[in-house]
Parts: sequence; structure tokens; C-alpha cells
Amino acid sequence: MNEKTVTPELAREHGLSPAEYRTVLGILGRTPSLTELGIFSVMWSEHCSYKSSRIHLKKFPTKGPRVLQGPGENAGIVDIGDGLAVVFKMESHNHPSFIEPYQGAATGVGGILRDVFTMGARPIASLNSLRFGRPEHPRTRYLVSGVVSGIAGYGNCIGVPTVGGEVSFDECYDGNILVNAFTLGVVRHERIWLGTAAGVGNPVIYVGSKTGRDGIHGATMASGEFDEKSEEKRPTVQVGDPFTEKLLLEACLELMRTDAIVGIQDMGAAGLTSSSFEMASRGGSGFLMDLDRVPQREEGMTPYELMLSESQERMLIVAKKGREDEVREIFEKWDLDVSVIGEVTGDGVGRVRWRGKTVAEIPIAALTDKAPVYDRPAERPEGQDALQRLDPAGLPAPSDLGETWVRLMCGPELADKKWVFRQYDHMIRTNTLILPGSDAAVLRVKGTRKGIALSVDCNSRYCYLDPFVGGMIAVCEGARNVACSGAEPIGLSDCLNFGNPEKPEVMWQFRSAIEGMAKACEALGVPVVSGNVSFYNETMGKGIHPTPAVAMVGLLEEASKRRVQWFSTDGDLVLLAGADRLGVHLGGSLYLKEIHGKVAGIPPPVDLAHEKRLQEFLREAASVDLIASAHDLAEGGFACALAESCISGPGSAMGARVLNPFPDTTRPDFAMFSECQGVVLLSCAPAKRDALLELARRFRITMKELGVVVGEHVDIEGLARVGAAELRTAWSEGFAAALGLEK
Amino acid sequence: MKTAVLVFPGSNCDHDAYHALKHVVGVDAEFVWHKQGTLDGFDAVVIPGGFTYGDYLRSGAMAKLSPVMGAVRRFAEGGGPVIGICNGFQILLEAGLLPGAMIVNDSLRFVCDYVHLRAGTDRTPFTRGIPEGTILKIPVAHYQGNYYADEQTLSFLEERGQVVFRYCDPEGNVTRESNPNGSARNIAGICSEAGNVLGMMPHPERCSEEAMGSADGRRLFDALVAWLGERTA
Amino acid sequence: MKAKIYVTLKRGVLDPPGKAIRASLSHLGIDGVEDVRVGKFMEITLKEIGVDEARRRLDEACRRLLANTVIEEYRIEIGG
Repeated sequence: MNEKTVTPELAREHGLSPAEYRTVLGILGRTPSLTELGIFSVMWSEHCSYKSSRIHLKKFPTKGPRVLQGPGENAGIVDIGDGLAVVFKMESHNHPSFIEPYQGAATGVGGILRDVFTMGARPIASLNSLRFGRPEHPRTRYLVSGVVSGIAGYGNCIGVPTVGGEVSFDECYDGNILVNAFTLGVVRHERIWLGTAAGVGNPVIYVGSKTGRDGIHGATMASGEFDEKSEEKRPTVQVGDPFTEKLLLEACLELMRTDAIVGIQDMGAAGLTSSSFEMASRGGSGFLMDLDRVPQREEGMTPYELMLSESQERMLIVAKKGREDEVREIFEKWDLDVSVIGEVTGDGVGRVRWRGKTVAEIPIAALTDKAPVYDRPAERPEGQDALQRLDPAGLPAPSDLGETWVRLMCGPELADKKWVFRQYDHMIRTNTLILPGSDAAVLRVKGTRKGIALSVDCNSRYCYLDPFVGGMIAVCEGARNVACSGAEPIGLSDCLNFGNPEKPEVMWQFRSAIEGMAKACEALGVPVVSGNVSFYNETMGKGIHPTPAVAMVGLLEEASKRRVQWFSTDGDLVLLAGADRLGVHLGGSLYLKEIHGKVAGIPPPVDLAHEKRLQEFLREAASVDLIASAHDLAEGGFACALAESCISGPGSAMGARVLNPFPDTTRPDFAMFSECQGVVLLSCAPAKRDALLELARRFRITMKELGVVVGEHVDIEGLARVGAAELRTAWSEGFAAALGLEK
Repeated sequence: MKTAVLVFPGSNCDHDAYHALKHVVGVDAEFVWHKQGTLDGFDAVVIPGGFTYGDYLRSGAMAKLSPVMGAVRRFAEGGGPVIGICNGFQILLEAGLLPGAMIVNDSLRFVCDYVHLRAGTDRTPFTRGIPEGTILKIPVAHYQGNYYADEQTLSFLEERGQVVFRYCDPEGNVTRESNPNGSARNIAGICSEAGNVLGMMPHPERCSEEAMGSADGRRLFDALVAWLGERTA
Repeated sequence: MKAKIYVTLKRGVLDPPGKAIRASLSHLGIDGVEDVRVGKFMEITLKEIGVDEARRRLDEACRRLLANTVIEEYRIEIGG
């Protein structure tokens, strides 16, 4: 084989800047081989090295009394007591999903599942955050169907319930959809495995599917000049095989019950390269790998292709010397390929051999330590002030408030997402206590009395108008949703989806969002234990709104104390907690966008101290059985939160008759649809009213009694009234109708 | 009294079936790997749901070839109670232990939701004490749950009392709207002529505890225990 | 040697995917399509065992695994 000679131009084509290439030359003291170039380019890519984001990610609080593992490993680990811990992470698979929605979404799910079970935890639940372009855009329907089928196809087959998520639409995602996948698993403390290569002489073992040419983004071909044969070798879309992943999951968990291994990591982005180099880096060791021993499903694969392939469903294991046969036996039982491909060395060098020759020899510490870190310029866009100007008085009032209300409820943002989650098996493993449809999903932890609450949120309009406040709100909403279910937020994972970081305004958005998120995390005591950054979500120079999606994990000591977001009993009282936080806030609101076609203003203000007290109050109220339901005000404001509380439950629609909580506003539409932070709609049995109000006083939460669950209408006195059953029917059909999908 | 819960490559609901039997109902249960060729010592067999062999080629097509299915056949021929749930039902159909076949849901989408079932006969070990007309609330979760058999077979099933469950509305009316997948005659579950082999698409093991939203599924396992109890008495 | 196997639903068995595809073609403006039946295509590579033996073995493969003869029928093409 004649490998192409590496030149600075070739390095450029691989995504390495001239300065980065000079660093490579400095590290090696010579020109790199093509394989080495591939390794550097992929390890120093934005996705693997976080070079544009690292200095800002440091601002997140990542520690806490419950944190067993913060960012830096395959997933984060948080203690939940009783010797157990939850392992979780969220990841993006945006660009592949736009090109091939089914496989892009499916392989996204597969990847995040592996990140969790590689730590020793059996995945017990998945969630996802999806963003699509305008519903009327010609490609949207196809993308929605494909992505949902892909998530279903993979998640259902592997047997992990998909219990929640969010789906949102905006023009800014027309050319860049977002697919963020989250998975959580449970593990016993003593059964946690890390991705470390240690112990000189220990075998490095490859397990799982054979390697093919999937996902290799090579601008150059590995063997010689371009010729007629090059077409056949073009990179292919990654295709997932959930059946193999299921076998891999069972085999790995079975292996992890023994003590035959030292470390394990999945082969995700950058496949064999990232797993081997990262494991060695963490273990402070080196390795020697022989690529001839890698199971291959294509003929004539070059070392470049073998190192860079992103074939799915593969893991890299470092076992204890002498225990190879135990590993082999388990993987053969599950009909998976298993091959000893190398060993751990002590000299800190990553060595790769192929057909008897050394094709790569890279000092590992340098690869990590000298990886580029950028402090890219950040600048507030000139147009931001204009964007934030909004004069609500200038907005025409709708002639029919009821009709506007229904329109918002049945639009694709707020409509019932049952069309989506009915395609996900959300019941398998019999742990789901609160099924999709409430503010947070709740799962039980068998063998304990505990519950885990999960929610994923982000309001990207707020982040676009003010990324700092938007970031704070993303964290607050996640924590509030989890608190509404009665749980204490114990950690979060994030997916930071942004445009091109080489643009100063994007970098400003990124930095500000992180700073906002960090501030909220500090105030609420919630650490960031894992996450992912996705940059370059742009098409033709037009980037997406900043979308820092937050997946919040909460803990209920008593799962039986969980609360849902819907009313359950006629005669229950309806109250508003945090009533002092009500105000006219239309900036970035759904009402402003859907009805007036504008995205402008500033997001609603956040009072972090109040948020903290509110969330503690909600937990306490749930734990002493004072409330029947809790639902926070979010998109669509008070009117939509009320309607949701009436109609979103699994039974038939309930009615309610309540006062207008904004008595002194002259604009009824502002009262109905203003979006406020830190306000929660509660229902309680009449007998609990006094105790609930007393509890609120203790937590210094301003309560307002609004009315009662009754009748067949959702009735805001003096403002508007809609029939509950009719609203529910329209709401349940709204999503399919808006997208032109089959019901 | 011991039940076998079969495990094939790709089985997912084996743990749920085991949990329902052992921890909820209190019956001894054991996982049996698909390569095992004998079911000696077991009093009942559960073929759980999942995606055996990824549902590749056809659901249950490859699982039917596993060594354990020979033992299941002999066990069934001996009158032993066998229940195939979801993919388990598909495996029984592919193996010819029950008549008919499954095709893809008429919506072409996977469906996971609670449904209502109307009981058709109480002569199987799993429906003893669940008289005809009983309405049960049990969830489904499948992509290929659309039951098909030719007209003659369907008539035989009806005549011989082999239709065990039909999809219905909460009041027990067997309607098109209550059918989640397009199954012929709303059939959700059938039994063999002798009555000891039951196949059903809905998942009773998922609703054996109130916390799950319904405990109706437990009735099938309680029925089995009672039926086995009578045998040994 | 190569063989091609076509597995299709029997006439009379409802074909929901086929129906949906027919409707989509019509929406696309491709007229004149009367019916669509969706099936499976398999390409099998065999050792050189002779056409008759190949046909015999593949027939058994179809009956026992590749086709569900309750609802499907199959066609085997050897060579090409």
C-alpha cells in the first residue's frame, strides 16, 4: 500500500488549521503518516476536543455531595442512596439526522445508550429533545416521521422505555434540525466501571459488530491517488443495529458482574481512535494495537479507515491478563465478535501496527495536553438591542379570546404529543409510574421506595433574545418540572446546540448561556455532571437560535408521593403559587410568535432565591400529601397552564372555574398569555387548603386562591371560557393536523 | 409450582414477566435460555415479549428454530400451560403451535397504549375465573400485532371457542375504533384447540400492580396458579 | 453461484404498506398506478452445487424459514 504523503494542504482538508498542523509536527518531530493525520484530525475536531467550548464549560458547577463522577467520562454519576447511583448523559446527533432522519436518530439513541451501559449501568429510561423547522416547510413532515420512527425503532427494540421529551418547531431549524438523546441507568456503587486502560501487559479486547466503512469523513482516500475504485469506498451513512446492541448490552453487563476487566469504553465518535486514546490517557498508559486483528466486514480496509470508522455497536475492553478466555466465552455466547487486538504498555505512546508495519506512533499525553484550546472572540450582536425592544401596547388585541386560546392549545407547540410518544414503548421494564404527558416522567427503582423524575427543557426563543437569562431559565424550568412531580433535582446533563463558533455573536450567545445556566445551577444546588456541545448548526450562514437543552434528573425518596400535572377530582381547589411573580411579560412568548408573528422583547425575569424556595415548597407539599397536582406556567402562560391541567390527564377532560389572576390589567390577552417564571398552578382537596396555605407562608410563597375544579368548561371569569371536552379533542388532534400527518 | 420464562437473543420482557410472577404473584420462576432442550420440572411456560433476533425477516421467524421450542412443543402436547405474550405470541404462530400469522399494524406505526379487552372464554389455564364478557384494561406495545388468518380458520376459531380476547371499548363493545392494529375480527388473543396454549398481543405482566395503572393483568397469573393448584390437588 | 429470492404476501392478505405507498405515489402526481404489493428480496450467494441442488435447498429454506407460507409465497431465481 502506498499511503498518501501528508502535506499541509492535506492537513487543511482534514480540518486542521496551519497552527494546529504545526503543533502536530512539533509533537511527532516529523511529518505524520496518513493514519496519524486522521487520528489527530479527529481527536482535535470540535466534537471530540471541545476546543471552542472547554474554557467556558469550566464555568459549570460540577461537584456536589452526591456527585460520584462529573464530566470527563462517558457519562455522569450521581448517588441516590441505598448504595445506588444513577448514570446519565445527553448527546446530540443533529447533522446525521437531517440527512437521514431514521438512521441519524436511531444511531443517536444507540450511542447514548452505550455511553451509559459502558459505565456498568443498565439503562432504564430515555428521553429526547427534538427541534424541527416550520410545520409547513416541505421537509418537516418527512423529518418528524423519520426521526420519531428512528428513535422508536432503536429504543423499542433494545427494550429501554422512552418516557418523555419535548418537540418544538421554529423557522431557524428549517435547515438544521436538532435531535438530542438522553439516557439514564441505575448502578450499584461497587459495580461502576470507568473507561481506563491500566496495567502493563493487560489485553485490549475488541467486542461487538465488525468494522466497516461507516461514517468515515475522509476528504482523502487512504490508498494512493483517486481512481475509479474510489467511488466504492465513499463514506456511508451509519446504520444502527439495535438487536446487536441488545446482545452487546447483555454481554457487557454479564461481563461486568465478574472482576475480569479493568476498563471499558464504547466506540462512539471517532471509533477505535477515540476509545483507545481516551482510555490510555485516563490511565496514564500507552497501548500497542494490531489492526489485522480487528474484525472487518469489508475487504481491503486501510489502517486509516480502521481507526476512523464509526461502525456502531462496538466496545473496547481492557481485561486483566490471563482472563481473556472469560471475556471470550461471554461474547461468544451472545454471538458477538471478540478479538484481542492489543495490549496496554507503560511508555505513554499509542502504537498502531498493520501488516507488520507501525502506521501510527503518537505520545498520548501530548495528544491530549497539546490539543487546541480556543478562546474565540465573543461579541454581542449589534442588532440585539433592537431585537429586545417590544411595545406590547402596540399589539392589536384579538377579537375572540377563546378562539385565540384554542389556537395556541392546538398548535404544534402545545398540542398533545401522543402522536409521538405512542410510537415509543414507554412501559417496558414496568418502572414507569408517570407516563409521558406530565411535566416530568417518574420511574420507580425496584428494590427501594425511591422514584426518579426526568424532564428535558429549553425555550430557545428566550435564549435568542437574551442568552444569559435564557440559560438560567432552561435550568430553572427543568428543576421546576421535576419539583412539580415532588422530586428534588440532583443533577443535570445538557446538550448545547449553537451555530458557528467562529462567529463572535455565536460565541457571545454560547458564553452567555453557559454563564446563565451556571448561575442558576449554583443557586439551586444542581451540578452539571455530563453533557455535549454541538456547534456549526448553520445552513447558508443562517444559524439556529441558541438551544441549550437541559435534561434534569430528580429524586423522590418516596415514589408514592409523586404528583402529576393534571386535575383529578371535581371540587378540588385551584390555587396559584408564586402569585407575586405574575406580571405582563410577552417577550419571546408563544402568544407573541403564533398570534402576532413576532419574536422580540426580553424573556421574563427570574428570581433565583424565589425559585429555590418554590421548589422546596413543592416537594414538601407533595411529601405531606397537601396537593393533588402541580403544573408550572410556561409557554402560553396562565390560560394554557390551566387548560393543560384540565385536559392533559389520561381520563376524560375536567373543567375549572377560576378568577383572572391579573386583576389590574386592561388587556385580557396579556393576562391570559403572559409568560412568567416561578409560578405554579396547584390543586388540592378542600380539607387540605388551610395546611397548604400555612406551608406556603412558612416558605414565603405568595399564594392566590383562584377557584375550583368543576363543570365542563375551562372558565377564566371575565376573560374566556371553552368547553373542556371539545378542547381536549382538538388538542389531541392538533399535532397531526399541523403537520399533515395521519392521525 | 415452577414457571419457565424463556429467554431468546433479543427478549426484552423476560424480566417483567419474571417480576410479575415471582415478586407480585409469588410463584417460583426461572429464566430458561433458548438453547436448553428440555423443560423438565416446570409446570408452566411463559414466552415473553421483545424483539427476538431483532424481528428481522419476520417477528418470531428465527426464534421458532431454537432448541427450546422443541421442548415447548412436547410440553404443550402433554397439556402443559403455555402463554406467549406479544413476541411470544408471534413465536407460537411461526412455530405452528397456534394458527394464523401476524402482519404489520394497519397504521404502519408502533403503538404503545392501554387498551380494553373483552374475554371470550374461560377454558384456558390463564383465564380460569375470567368469564366471557369480562372487560380487562391491559397495555399493548407492538409494530406487528395485526392478526391474520383466512376466513375458514377464523370461523373454526370462533366455533371452537378459541378466541380468548378481543379489543373493545371501555364498555365492552367490540368496535373498529377500539382496535389498535387492524386485527381480523379485533382478535387480541387466541388459544389452541385443547385450550392449554394461549397467545396474546397485550402485556398482562405490565399491569399486575396498581402502581402501573391497572392490575388486571394479574388475574391471568392468579388464574394459572389456581389451575395448577387444582391439578396437583 | 447467486440466487435471488422474492417473498411476497399472498393475494387476499391485506398489505397496509402497499396501500400507503399507492396513496403516496398518487399524491406525488405519479398517475396510473393501480396497485402496489410490498415484499422482500434476498440475494443468496451459494457454493457451486449445481442448479438443481441449489433449487432444492433454497426451496427448503423458503418453506422452513425465509417465507411464512401462511401468508406469503416465494419465487426462486437461480443464476444471473
